[in-house]
Amino acid sequence: MTARALRTTAWKRYNWRVIWLSLLYCGFLVPAVYGFKHHLIAGAAAWIVAVLPAIPIIGLFAAMGRYLVEEQDEYVRMLTVRQMLWAMGFTLSCATIWGFLDNFGLVGHVDGYWIVVVWYFGQAVGSVANKLTLGDGRC
Amino acid sequence: MENRLRVLRAERNWSQQDLAERIEVSRQSVNAIETGKYDPSLPLAFRIAELFDRPIEDIFVSPSRRSSKAI
Repeated sequence: MTARALRTTAWKRYNWRVIWLSLLYCGFLVPAVYGFKHHLIAGAAAWIVAVLPAIPIIGLFAAMGRYLVEEQDEYVRMLTVRQMLWAMGFTLSCATIWGFLDNFGLVGHVDGYWIVVVWYFGQAVGSVANKLTLGDGRC
Repeated sequence: MENRLRVLRAERNWSQQDLAERIEVSRQSVNAIETGKYDPSLPLAFRIAELFDRPIEDIFVSPSRRSSKAI
């Protein structure tokens, strides 16, 4: 299946949500980085500003859940769920392996938020798995 | 699940896209069902059966009946 063919109404809505959340993420991250770099923020405000960029990322997970609820095509929904399960397995495996390597001092420590990036990469792995097993995939 | 969807569709000269639009799913869904890669939910199976005006078991072959025939 081509990616184009899988662009259902729910998928388009999901993509719009991702675009808005990404813009919001930039809107929170850039001032936070600037503020911390120039020591403009301290105390309770520092906690709030530091957490703000995480909120749109959490919103991405909510958007994904919303997409699954709104998707009317059950086959497409099944493909997406399979893709997410692959992503989850891939991410947990990577985190576990990295955790042990880190523990034994073989690799450096990685910031926790990178797990989201790995999860999105896992989605691509899931898409390839769907393509190989069902002939249909979407990245 | 084995089914007669392709035959029923061909009898009406419908493309996969035509059938997909009638049962409100993607063409890929129709293809996946026809090729047995995906078993539709009961509501979708009923929608298909109602479209062709046939009972579900005339369209979808029960896996248990199929295996008992093989025995």
